[in-house]
Amino acid sequence: MSNFPEEWRFELGIYVKKIVDWLTTNLGGIFEAVSSVILWFMIYVEDFLLWLPWWLVIAAVFILSWRYISKLAAVLFPLLLFLIGTFGYWDLMMYTLAIILTSVLISILLGIPVGILMAYSRLTESFMRPVLDFMQTMPSMVYLIPAMMLFGMGKVPAVFATTVYAIPPVIRLTNLAIRQVSKEMVEAAASFGSSPWQILSKVQLPQAMPTIMAGINQTTMMALAMVVIASMVGAKGLGMEVLISLNRIDVARGFEAGLGIVILAIIIDRLSQGIARRYKVNEES
Amino acid sequence: MTVKLEVQNLTKIFGSKPESVIDLVKQGVSKDEILKKTGHTVGIYNASFKVNEGEIFVIMGLSGSGKSTLIRCLNLLNKPTEGKIYIDGENILEYDSTKLRELRQKKIAMVFQHFGLLSHRNVIENVEYGLEVRGVPREERREIAKQALASTGLSGWEEKMPGELSGGMQQRVGLARALANDPDILLMDEPFSALDPLIRREMQFELMELQSRLKKTIIFITHDINEAFKIGDRVAVMKDGKIEQIGTPEEILASPESEYIENFIQDIDRSKVFQAKHVMYKPSALVFSKEGLKAAIKEMKSNGISSVFIVDNQRKLLGLATIDDAVRAVKENKSLNDIIRTDLYYTTDEEAYLQDLIPKATDSKYPIAVVNENNKLMGIISRVAVLSALV
Repeated sequence: MSNFPEEWRFELGIYVKKIVDWLTTNLGGIFEAVSSVILWFMIYVEDFLLWLPWWLVIAAVFILSWRYISKLAAVLFPLLLFLIGTFGYWDLMMYTLAIILTSVLISILLGIPVGILMAYSRLTESFMRPVLDFMQTMPSMVYLIPAMMLFGMGKVPAVFATTVYAIPPVIRLTNLAIRQVSKEMVEAAASFGSSPWQILSKVQLPQAMPTIMAGINQTTMMALAMVVIASMVGAKGLGMEVLISLNRIDVARGFEAGLGIVILAIIIDRLSQGIARRYKVNEES
Repeated sequence: MTVKLEVQNLTKIFGSKPESVIDLVKQGVSKDEILKKTGHTVGIYNASFKVNEGEIFVIMGLSGSGKSTLIRCLNLLNKPTEGKIYIDGENILEYDSTKLRELRQKKIAMVFQHFGLLSHRNVIENVEYGLEVRGVPREERREIAKQALASTGLSGWEEKMPGELSGGMQQRVGLARALANDPDILLMDEPFSALDPLIRREMQFELMELQSRLKKTIIFITHDINEAFKIGDRVAVMKDGKIEQIGTPEEILASPESEYIENFIQDIDRSKVFQAKHVMYKPSALVFSKEGLKAAIKEMKSNGISSVFIVDNQRKLLGLATIDDAVRAVKENKSLNDIIRTDLYYTTDEEAYLQDLIPKATDSKYPIAVVNENNKLMGIISRVAVLSALV
């Protein structure tokens, strides 16, 4: 009596699978088109990152850290980056970076308009809120399944899964930031006969920028976390190294790859935060 | 005088279905009851008034009386539930969004209580905003903005950010931004309420000075009756969304139409409202210098006074003759011109407030002479008129 009756079985998964199947058979063309655009873009990013001489990257990190973070960071970060190179992971790091950059870019391009829409329309907000909650609470690995079914193996499903996982903060914070813009400022702009687009572009977005930047920073960090998991669908990069060493119980290799990811995370986080902060100071001074 | 703006039976109800509540309001159900029953707030009910071109029309009321709602209806930041608003004879409620934008860009500008400055733009970019929205080319709008800033005394502050400025200066930026658009109508929503009292007085003064040059039609909101009576040509007093009385400050002071207004004006310092021109009497007892000594003495005798003002043919004030001097002059065979004294009395202009006349009235035992800029005698204020106004 204490067990849940086995015959009460609702196989929701089957229906989801049916939907995904239907999507792949009927809308395959769209997914293929999206896939090829993303792939085309990613290859450019990858080629560019790999083309960059390693010392130039280190020099750039040095200069940016010096300007936007601190002198300590300007010494430490290039050294850490150099360390990843000595592990033999320079190219893999660039592959990982390419996935992150692409996902973050897509997140910004999609997330900011959706956030604005949410701020303007109650209906959109009440629809998007549970969707975003769902996206964030879902175990991230689960995204790989539809990603793989829709886009196959490789970089594109990795970008797709990473984007889905990483996009909520930029949407949420854009929505919040636009809503928090002082009512009097918006009224003032309207009272001078601004069009809705002028109010958005000249008042709301500039005012919201610091908060939106914080959202982009969070999105970037989430993309970095997801990129390791995304390697399961065959995206080359540091994450895949971790995955391989996990399967082979190779402590040495796993530690090096893991440390590489941590270093990359710290540098990206501090740099984007530093730049965002600088932006905010400029706003207020 | 031409009517610039006319409001007819304006009603604004906040809530999900404003139209459904109108009948209740018309039946005279109270604001609180409507809120309890239907969840709708009555902002304004049945407000009608006219504003003449070039006048300062003050709408006064306590917080919650609907004054801010009312002023926001005038540029349709709030959409009225019922009623009509005419500007230059056109009902602006019939405007589509393009015409409304044009109206806001060209005819009507607003100054806000908390300034409403854009904190991501510097001072000059803020002042330019209205022109930028209108599509005025960059150089031209910068030039206009600079002039507007100069007119509010902020030259040299163009590149500062609003956050670096004091409250008073921020409101000057707000005012300059409104003036840069060169609107016919200026809406000012409690513009000085957020400023400290000293700065507020200064700003009131500057506004009146600006107005004497610009001659805009100004609609000014305040909760401070002293401010209302000081700057308003006419004042509308609001209570619970309704207009209780409209009139000049003197009319309202002289004949308050309800107990509410009576209570209100009890706190008012009359000496700050009444000006010299309100308490002076027309100079009936005055002597032309050519009339001579005898006429002066006769004038004093018939009026029962001990001194008289002497004027020339153009009624320009020459001075004062006292009865003591006149009697002595008769004995010593002197003429009227020999005994005219200019050191005994004070003069003032018509616009002076009683407040400023009090020290003069207590200091001298002779009446105060009211003269215009050409020294022409306009009237005489007895000491008793000044001092009795204080009680």
